[in-house]
Amino acid sequence: MNDSAPVIFNLQRFCLHDGPGIRTTIFFKGCPLRCRWCHNPESQQFTPELLFDEEKCGGCRRCLEVCPTGAIQASANEMRQDRQQCIACGRCVERCWQGARTLAGHTRFTPDKLLQEILKDRMFYEESGGGVTFSGGEALCQPGPLEQLTRACKEQGLHVAMDTCGHVPFSVFERLLPWTDLFLYDVKHPDPEPHRHYTGQDNTLILDNLKKLAAAGATIALRLPLIEGVNADDATIEAFIARLSPLSPRQLHLLPYHTTGASKYQRLGRTTSREALAAPSPERLDTISCRFTAAGFSTHIGG
Amino acid sequence: MEHRLSPRVQKLREESLAAIPHLSTERAELITAACRRYAGTVETPLLRALIFQHLLENKKLWLGDGELIVGEKAEQPQWSPSFPELCCHTMEDLTVMDQRDKIFFRVTDNARQVQEKEIIPYWQNRSLRQRILGRMTPEWRSCYESGIFTEFMEQRGPGHSVADGKIYQKGFLDFKADITAALADLDTLRDPQAYEKRLELEAMSVCCDAIITLGRRYAERARELAAAATDPARKAELLQIAANCDVVPAHAPQTFHQALQMYWFLHLGVTIELNPWDALSPGRLDQHLHPFYQQDLAAGRLTRESALELLQCFWVKFNNQPAPPKVGITLKESGTYTDFVNLNTGGITADGTDGVNAVSYLILETMDSMRLLQPSSNVQISRKTPLHFLKKACAISRKGWGQPAFYNTEAIVQELLNAGKTLADARQGGASGCVETGAFGKEAYILTGYLNLPKILELTLNNGFDKISGRQLGPQTGQPEDFASYEEFFAAFRCQLRYFVDVKVQGNNVIEQIYAHHMPVPFFSIVIDDCIQKGRDYNAGGARYNTNYIQGVGIGTLADSLAAIRHNVYERQHFTLSELIQALDANFNGYEEIYHAVREKSPRYGNDDDVADQRMQEAFRAFHDEVTGRPNTKGGQYRIDMLPTTCHVYFGSVMGASPNGRRRGKPVSEGISPDKGADRLGPTAVIKSAAKMDHLMTGGTLLNQKFTPAVVAGEQGLDNMANLIRSYFSLDGHHVQFNVIDRQTLLDAQQHPEEYKDLIVRVAGYSDHFHNLSRELQDEIIERTEQSFGS
Repeated sequence: MNDSAPVIFNLQRFCLHDGPGIRTTIFFKGCPLRCRWCHNPESQQFTPELLFDEEKCGGCRRCLEVCPTGAIQASANEMRQDRQQCIACGRCVERCWQGARTLAGHTRFTPDKLLQEILKDRMFYEESGGGVTFSGGEALCQPGPLEQLTRACKEQGLHVAMDTCGHVPFSVFERLLPWTDLFLYDVKHPDPEPHRHYTGQDNTLILDNLKKLAAAGATIALRLPLIEGVNADDATIEAFIARLSPLSPRQLHLLPYHTTGASKYQRLGRTTSREALAAPSPERLDTISCRFTAAGFSTHIGG
Repeated sequence: MEHRLSPRVQKLREESLAAIPHLSTERAELITAACRRYAGTVETPLLRALIFQHLLENKKLWLGDGELIVGEKAEQPQWSPSFPELCCHTMEDLTVMDQRDKIFFRVTDNARQVQEKEIIPYWQNRSLRQRILGRMTPEWRSCYESGIFTEFMEQRGPGHSVADGKIYQKGFLDFKADITAALADLDTLRDPQAYEKRLELEAMSVCCDAIITLGRRYAERARELAAAATDPARKAELLQIAANCDVVPAHAPQTFHQALQMYWFLHLGVTIELNPWDALSPGRLDQHLHPFYQQDLAAGRLTRESALELLQCFWVKFNNQPAPPKVGITLKESGTYTDFVNLNTGGITADGTDGVNAVSYLILETMDSMRLLQPSSNVQISRKTPLHFLKKACAISRKGWGQPAFYNTEAIVQELLNAGKTLADARQGGASGCVETGAFGKEAYILTGYLNLPKILELTLNNGFDKISGRQLGPQTGQPEDFASYEEFFAAFRCQLRYFVDVKVQGNNVIEQIYAHHMPVPFFSIVIDDCIQKGRDYNAGGARYNTNYIQGVGIGTLADSLAAIRHNVYERQHFTLSELIQALDANFNGYEEIYHAVREKSPRYGNDDDVADQRMQEAFRAFHDEVTGRPNTKGGQYRIDMLPTTCHVYFGSVMGASPNGRRRGKPVSEGISPDKGADRLGPTAVIKSAAKMDHLMTGGTLLNQKFTPAVVAGEQGLDNMANLIRSYFSLDGHHVQFNVIDRQTLLDAQQHPEEYKDLIVRVAGYSDHFHNLSRELQDEIIERTEQSFGS
């Protein structure tokens, strides 16, 4: 295996909701979409970036001494992060005692090292029917290291799941198909225009890829984030059914929106316009679930 | 699963929970009278037997309304006798135990008077505690008072034992016949110990009569009550109780009901004779009861429901017996009413096949429906255990009140084989107390005290001097600047460790002999192989196997401290050992950089990180090698356990700050769990780290895992738990128990995030560390947890 390390922002063990059994999930950094409801905003950009939590900052200013670009500005009662100047070198993170500064994303793990980390929980995968999940951001945007890693996992006999938004050239799917057991395929809106409005891209490529992937015989579980005011109304649900019914995948996971990402936007120094977004009520979720089930989908609420 | 208890069980359960623990002086008065009559006229074993007989002939009987299993240790439920021959409470002790907030025992005015006028005058210079403490060396006393180790036998007797199946095949008349035969076999010409054996066997014989008397008295009492009963149903029950007590304990039990009553008489006898640690346990109850259950079902004497009700009544009896009042350090190391009765359900049979049977499921249902502190109930999980049984146990465990704990049958068997037991004895053994492994009915496995491992590191840093007590406790093993390498520093630690284990064992050698000579337990000895055959008391090496344990506490704190020293002082030279010691002396105040370095930037045990886990292994090996294989005075050997009860709190309270960032006075890590907040990668990483300890070389280890209710919710939650257990056990882990986190803990975690870095919560379709969540989200989860808890 060569040493081209992917940019990842997390490696989480004991994941229970990214495929069957107990799993380790590798979160690749960088995503072609900008979903308004994204709860992992630190996953969007392809390069490492600094997260700064003002609430935790004790104002000791030790970070100032080591910043090579002068990206940290201190005034009498607050510290400010100049995002233009920051090169995410991580030196201030090392100096921060309060844990106010963290780095999202690194290239410390070569595919070889990642495989070692993944294999640490092999016995739990084998006991539980679990395995490894590649997620993000969008893992498929880093096809080189991803293919190496996926192939290596498969050679070790691990169950491999790929959590994808689908917005990548189909050739990438073709490269991964032989080594992937399960695609967790996100479908966010049935119609191109609203899709573009909420995610920054229309869904033509995504649905096209889904069709081809299904035709190629891949095992696919569809994943629908459900957000009140975006895609949870009756008309949109019917449009989903119309779009998805002709395709072969029947596994469907409904993922109700949640508000966890809000403080992360702050830590990244970004604003977000998520005010209008809300989680569907449990009753509404039930109704939607029943509708999909009636349309022939094997529906499951949650990951 | 919702359980509806019968009105009878509901009443008995509520009475047991509502009764207020009291000190009873009845036993103390009776033994004082007996001693006044017999002391000096007979040899010690016989004296103890005559005291026992006097107690069982004269103690008040309790037969509560609605009870189906009868007998109490004292006058009524939740009253506890005292044992002045072991520990004679002072008037001040009585005031403290009456008034303390936790683990109190109310003392009536009458009891105070009796204690002052009758008990103290006779026992104040005769108790074993005084004899023991008077015989300890100044070094031992200094260590004991400074919290290097504790001493189990200074106010409770050796015990830690568990009944096997023999009482379901034999009554005490049969045992008496065995004793008579052993007496007849004595070689009075050539055996130099024939006289001692005769004394012990004669004492055992008296004890058989005594317990039979107790049974007869209960039969009479039940008949009297039956004669007076107006309710025909209760009258019939009382007559049944009388009929049962006509059979047991004199004869072997014939029915399921009698089998339970038989055990209960044994339990009463053992815990009235003396105050042994961990009372007594029925051990592999499901296997012992199963033949009776099948036979009674077939005969139409019993239904599943009536068997369940009998078990529930049996459960109440255990819960009625708080552990007798403790004082001083013994209370600190074991601050609980629990008397550590610990049932083993499942496992394998003597011939190695799956041990789960119909009664195993009944026991699970009993435990679940009763939710009582006592008896503690665990399940033994072997490779052969059906997944169905494991998941049923998980479904109870996830309710969050701590039972059942999970034990690894294959590990237990290998631990016992490694300690020299036969395969059959090992398969019929199990775990008792907290997690301790033993050959049931055949072994005296004596826990002698906890050892404060992180404190020994503290002393190593200070050249053997204890800054807390101001005493030179250990040998002078070097000033900080003397250690040129980590290896040299660790060698000094080993030197300190050896010294303190030496002191502890020297004390134990004396205490063991004091018990052997002055405090035999002829009744208990009847039911432990091979006391009758050897003509020797349980406390004098009569058991087939005689093992002593020293229990290591704080391995997580120790491992992290060693890792922090190695990483920062010797590998990266971030600071010197002297600078670290200054920071510790200042409780890290003004040393934030060092604090941050050791807490946040050093390898820590519990994250499946070999660098840190090797420190744990190194510390474990040092402790193991220092203790294991040392001879005790009963022909057996020392071994180690890794468990704390509540001692990790006490040990932390006598310590300054630790090199891993633990602040002064805070608890050290418990069991083999990582230090609080050290593990940050979730349960699989903790399990991997913990499994790097060589569990099979111990007599038991204890691992706690915390979850929020949502992680273990639903069918998938049961699978998650079952998978974690099976995985840990396939790595030879000894024991694991699950704590499902309640709202209070989450509130505390919000207040003190630094202590809860290991806390994982289910957020929404994924899990995260609680401390990483925003305040709002934490609030939301706290609300949510409240709702989902107790489902």
